[in-house]
Amino acid sequence: MADPEIKSYELHHESQSAAVTESRPIKAVLMAIALAFLAVFLLLPLIVVFHEALAKGIGAYTEALSSPDTRSAIRLTLLVAAISVPLNVIFGISAAWAIAKFEFKGKAFLTTLIDLPFSVSPVISGLVYVLLFGAQGLLGAWLKAHGIVILFAVPGIVLATIFVTFPFVARELIPLMQEQGNGDEEAALSLGASGWQAFWYVTLPNVKWGLLYGVLLCNARAMGEFGAVSVVSGHIRGLTNTMPLHVEILYNEYNAVGAFAVASLLAGLALVTLVLKTLLEMRYGAEIAATRGH
Amino acid sequence: MEVRVVNVRKEFERFPALHDVSLDISSGELIALLGPSGSGKTTLLRLIAGLERPTKGAIFFGDEDASQKSIQERNVGFVFQHYALFRHMTVADNIGFGLKVRHGAARPSGQEIRRRALELLDLVQLSGLEKRYPAQLSGGQRQRVALARAMAIEPKVLLLDEPFGALDAQVRRELRRWLREIHDRTGHTTVFVTHDQEEALELADRVVVMSQGRIEQVGTADDIYDTPNSPFVYTFIGESSSLPVKVENGEVWIADRPIGLSAPHAPSGEAVLYFRPHDVDLLDGCSGCIAGTVAASRRVAGTRRVELEVGGERQRVEIELPVDHPAAQKSRVAFRPRRWKLFPAS
Repeated sequence: MADPEIKSYELHHESQSAAVTESRPIKAVLMAIALAFLAVFLLLPLIVVFHEALAKGIGAYTEALSSPDTRSAIRLTLLVAAISVPLNVIFGISAAWAIAKFEFKGKAFLTTLIDLPFSVSPVISGLVYVLLFGAQGLLGAWLKAHGIVILFAVPGIVLATIFVTFPFVARELIPLMQEQGNGDEEAALSLGASGWQAFWYVTLPNVKWGLLYGVLLCNARAMGEFGAVSVVSGHIRGLTNTMPLHVEILYNEYNAVGAFAVASLLAGLALVTLVLKTLLEMRYGAEIAATRGH
Repeated sequence: MEVRVVNVRKEFERFPALHDVSLDISSGELIALLGPSGSGKTTLLRLIAGLERPTKGAIFFGDEDASQKSIQERNVGFVFQHYALFRHMTVADNIGFGLKVRHGAARPSGQEIRRRALELLDLVQLSGLEKRYPAQLSGGQRQRVALARAMAIEPKVLLLDEPFGALDAQVRRELRRWLREIHDRTGHTTVFVTHDQEEALELADRVVVMSQGRIEQVGTADDIYDTPNSPFVYTFIGESSSLPVKVENGEVWIADRPIGLSAPHAPSGEAVLYFRPHDVDLLDGCSGCIAGTVAASRRVAGTRRVELEVGGERQRVEIELPVDHPAAQKSRVAFRPRRWKLFPAS
């Protein structure tokens, strides 16, 4: 069923390009501008990161990475991602399911709300948690009385990370599930499957590539988030510093090798994410095509 | 399994899709729900399946009130318009799905499930394709797999929503014959939805004609075609012609002339006369007939369709003549419907 669609798209595409063909010099100029931009703003910084990280040799690089504070930052980043990504997968699937499969009042509002973290500065989302859970905050007194520490500790970092990353999974799944409709689930139910079986055997496999794509983006952001986490973390070395925060601290201390070594890990993560994302798009492009870009 | 639909009403957000519909389906019967889009035929099918719940009324499977049961408990085989095959499963896994999701003792062994799947594949004449994925099948093949999947759970009732809707004409005709064969062999009580009258009349034991959320008529192909009970059925099924007439003392008049049809039980006053264009007697003279001037004549396949202007108000009416009939060459034609019906003027 997808074949004719793809073909017609290609035809359309060709006829369009034939109609709007630009002259050779203009093409060249446009491409040069695009490439120059990419080189200056993406490629050069990336090279600089790795160059600086390895400026004093591989020994200094590994040494920088094995310092206790750095290792603790890496551990904390992995921990935060390990908590926030699964939670956002659960949230994303539930939200997408509700929005794609049911009709209810306030659906449009919920959809808009999901996009909120994209439109709010991360610093503000961090600040919100300070206002909520801080000593002078709304729930501050109650939390203190019950001995619960959220701010300037791991729970606060996790909360802030969840906040900035929760659109990723939901945004991938909603258009995908909307496009697929209820037909397959109805078929499964009519064959005697329980709701859970229908979800597990039918819905989930139908959206798995979109889900994986969302998880990938969610994870990259969870590990790389700076603003929101910076506000709630408190920057306690070896305790509440994630990798991006640690990079900043090291850099401010003129420890270029250390800062860029940690930065190279984050850059590496970005590259791996990019490669996986491209592979997914190449292999399962049609299934992910339903999703609109961010 | 006998199915009874009793006074069912269904509203979607206050908008009624079905008004007080009742229908008895005998065990082993092949029934068509026929109607234009928006007539409520698919809604009725989904209500029987349990994919929707009635706003009012009940649906019985045998003596059991099925409307209280979930779709899983009803054990119906539903074939969806676009097949809804699970695209990540092979053909064999699709067919075996209904058995695989059963619990405890009701669930057959993996080997048994596979055996049953292959058996059903054989029944739908697709042996050898068990390892294919739905994307690797043609439309007609997908339809067959969907049917095999629905039959795998040994359903009490088989429900098909526009089963041939997405297929081209050639495959449709082939599958139609094939579905009839399968039905005769397996004996499932089967209900299918279609907007194609040819399909309904050819395939079904009885046809349920629906319009605007109501059942207009239920009957065999002969009943429906030969004695339609409403103007809607007359116009929706087959070709029909109609003329405004007057009834006086049990006689039918057009303008100031009686046309030789007597309707002793019809109330006097305005009415509309319906008949089939091919179901007419051509007459030479005209003492009690419908006479008209030929306004247009078209050759349609094996017959000639002639449009006549009748009466002072030049009402147009169409009749069908044999191609070589001399009347087709004349400028004036007189005829009298052989089988006809009067309906009150609206």
